[in-house]
Amino acid sequence: MIMGSKAGPTPILSIEDLQVSLFTRRGVLPAVDGLSLTVSAGETLAIVGESGCGKSLTALAIMRLLPNPPAKIVGGAVRFMGRDLAALSEREMQRVRGKDISMIFQDPMTSLNPVVAVGDQLIEAIRRHNDVSRHEARDRAVELLRRVRIPDAERRLNDYPHQMSGGMSQRVMIAMAIACGPKLLIADEPTTALDVTIQAQIIELMKELQSSSDMGLIIITHDLGVVAEVADRVAVMYAGRKVEEAPVEALFERPLHRYTRGLLGATPSAQRRRGSRLVEITGNVPALSDLPQGCAFQNRCPDVFDRCRAERPQLAPLLPHRSAACFAAEKELSRDAAAIGA
Amino acid sequence: MRRIIIRRLAQIIPLIFAVIVMNFVLIHLAPGSLFDVMTSEQQITDPKMLDQLRHTYGVDQPVSVQLAKYIWSVMRLDLGYSYRQNAPVFDVIVQQLPATLILMLAAIGIALLVGVTAGVLASIKVNTIWDNLISLGAVFFFAAPSFWLGIMMTVMFAVKLGWFPVGGMRTIGVDETAVGAVLNVMHHLVLPATALGLFYAATFARVMRASMLEVARLDFVRTARAKGLSGGRVVMAHVMRNAMLPIVTLLGLQLGTMLGGSVVIEAVFSWPGIGSLLFDSVMSRNFPMVLGVLVLGSLLVAVCNATVDLLYLRLDPRIKAR
Repeated sequence: MIMGSKAGPTPILSIEDLQVSLFTRRGVLPAVDGLSLTVSAGETLAIVGESGCGKSLTALAIMRLLPNPPAKIVGGAVRFMGRDLAALSEREMQRVRGKDISMIFQDPMTSLNPVVAVGDQLIEAIRRHNDVSRHEARDRAVELLRRVRIPDAERRLNDYPHQMSGGMSQRVMIAMAIACGPKLLIADEPTTALDVTIQAQIIELMKELQSSSDMGLIIITHDLGVVAEVADRVAVMYAGRKVEEAPVEALFERPLHRYTRGLLGATPSAQRRRGSRLVEITGNVPALSDLPQGCAFQNRCPDVFDRCRAERPQLAPLLPHRSAACFAAEKELSRDAAAIGA
Repeated sequence: MRRIIIRRLAQIIPLIFAVIVMNFVLIHLAPGSLFDVMTSEQQITDPKMLDQLRHTYGVDQPVSVQLAKYIWSVMRLDLGYSYRQNAPVFDVIVQQLPATLILMLAAIGIALLVGVTAGVLASIKVNTIWDNLISLGAVFFFAAPSFWLGIMMTVMFAVKLGWFPVGGMRTIGVDETAVGAVLNVMHHLVLPATALGLFYAATFARVMRASMLEVARLDFVRTARAKGLSGGRVVMAHVMRNAMLPIVTLLGLQLGTMLGGSVVIEAVFSWPGIGSLLFDSVMSRNFPMVLGVLVLGSLLVAVCNATVDLLYLRLDPRIKAR
C-alpha cells in the first residue's frame, strides 16, 4: 500500500480499499471507490474535494452512519485500533461511536435537538459511555463547556439550541464530541456554516484540544485555508477516488495532480500577485452514473493526453511520502528526472 | 408565562359570545318550537294556555330582545330553565357532563396510545408489511363511520361474545364498593371509548408516521446516533419527542370534533352524557337546553384548546422565544 510510506507510529485508523455504493433507481453508483487512508494518534488528516466527491460519505462510512438506503459499504475494511469496524454488529458499533470515535457536523444549528436543553444533550452523551450519576455527569458537562470556552458555562447548560449562536452551537457539538475522550475525531466541514471570524476560533479550538489529548483528527473540507491551517497530511478526492495524497507543505508547494493544481489555483491568497486572476476549473464533475473510461478528470484537465482517455490512472508513489493518480504528473516528473540525469 | 395564560383565557370570552349569537340565530331559523312539540304530544291543547306559556318563556318578544336577555343571563351563569327535566339547564348539564368527560378522556387516551404506537411502528418498519398493515388499518378506521363501528363492536363483543355490556354506564341495581363502581364504569366504557377513539387513532397514526419519518431525516438525529445511543433511545428521546408536536396540534383541533362525535357514540351505546342530552333536546325542541349544551360545550373545547397551547409551550421551547 502506498499510504504506508509515512514513517511514524502505527495508525489508529486505517481504511483499506473502502467501497461505498449508492443503490439508486438509475443503478448502483460507486460513490467511494477503493479508498485507502490512515490516521495516526495526534495526526490531522484533511480530506478535500468538491461537493459530491465522496468525502462526507467516507466519514459516515467510518462511523457506520451511512444513510441506508441508498448508501452502503460494499467492500473494504475500516480498521480502528485493530478492529474492523465494517464487520462489527450495530450494538458493538454503538459502543465505539461517541466514545472512541466522535464526529461533528457541518451545520451546528440543525445538529442539536431543538427541544432538549444543551446540557441534557451533553449529559446524555456522557452517561451513555460512563457509569456516572446525573449529578456527576452535570459537573463534567460544565467542565466540558469551559474547555470549549463557553462563558458562563453553568447557566448555559440550561439553554436551548435556539438561544445560541452558530459558533456557540458548534462549540457545544465539539464539547459533546470530546465528552468521552475519543481517540479519533471526525469533523465534517466544521466551519462551513459559520462566519469567517468564528471559523478561525473554532479551528483554533480544535487544534488546541487535539494537542492536549493526542487524538487523531480527520477534517473534511473544501476550504484550503483550513487545510493549510490545521492539516499534517492531505488527501484529495475526486469523483469517489483518492487522486493525491501528500504532506501539507509539499502539497501546497508542488501539487502533482492536475485537479489539486486547479483547486489551489482557484483559492484566493494574500501572497498572490496583485491583479493576477483566480483560475477556475472549467466544466463540471462528471455524474457518478456517467463516469468516462480512463481518468475521471479528463474532461476538465488542461494537460489531458491520449493515455488519460484510454486508461484509468492508479495511485502511485511519485515522490517520497506522496502519491498521485495522474499520468500528466508522471510524465512531468520523469521529464524532470531526465533533465537532472542529463 | 402567567401573561400568556391570562391572554389565552381572555380570548375565550369573545369566542363564547360569538358561539351564543350564532347558535341563537341558527336555532331561531330552525322550524318548530317546543310548543309545537308540546301540542303534538298532546300535553297542551288549549290555545289560551299556549299564549300564556309563550309569554312566560318570553317567546312573544322580538328575537333581538330575546338574544340580549339570553346573553345577560349567561353572563350571570344562568342558562335558563328546562321544562322537560323540570330543572335549571345548568344543573342538568353539570349532572350529565362527567359521563361525557370520562368518555372523551378515555377515547383521547385510546386514540393517543393506539395512534402514536402504530405511527411509530409504521415509521420504524417503513415500507414493510407492518407499515402496510398499519396504513390499511388506519384507512379502514378513518373511513368507517363511528356509529357503524360502534354497532359492529356491540354485535361482536357484547352480543356474540358477551365480553362487554351492550350499553349504559353502570349495571343497574347492583350495590357496590367504590372500587367495584369504578371497575363497573370502566367495563361499560371499553366499547364506546374504543369506537370513538379508533377514528382519531387512525389520524394520529398517519400523522405520527409522516412526522416520524420527517424528523428521522434531520441532522440532530444523526448527532444522537453519532453519540452512540441505541436505536430505541434515539427514537424515543430524539425522534418521537419532536414528532409529537404535530400530534399535539392535531389533538387540540380534534377535541371539538370529538365532542361532536361523542353525540353519536352516546346515542349508540345509550351513554348518559351531554351528547345524548343534546340529541334528545334537539328532537324535543328544548332550545334552552340545546343552547346551554352548545355554550358549555364550546367553553369546554376552548379551555381544552388553551390547555393544549400551554402544553405546546412546554413541549417546544422555541415558541417562548417568539
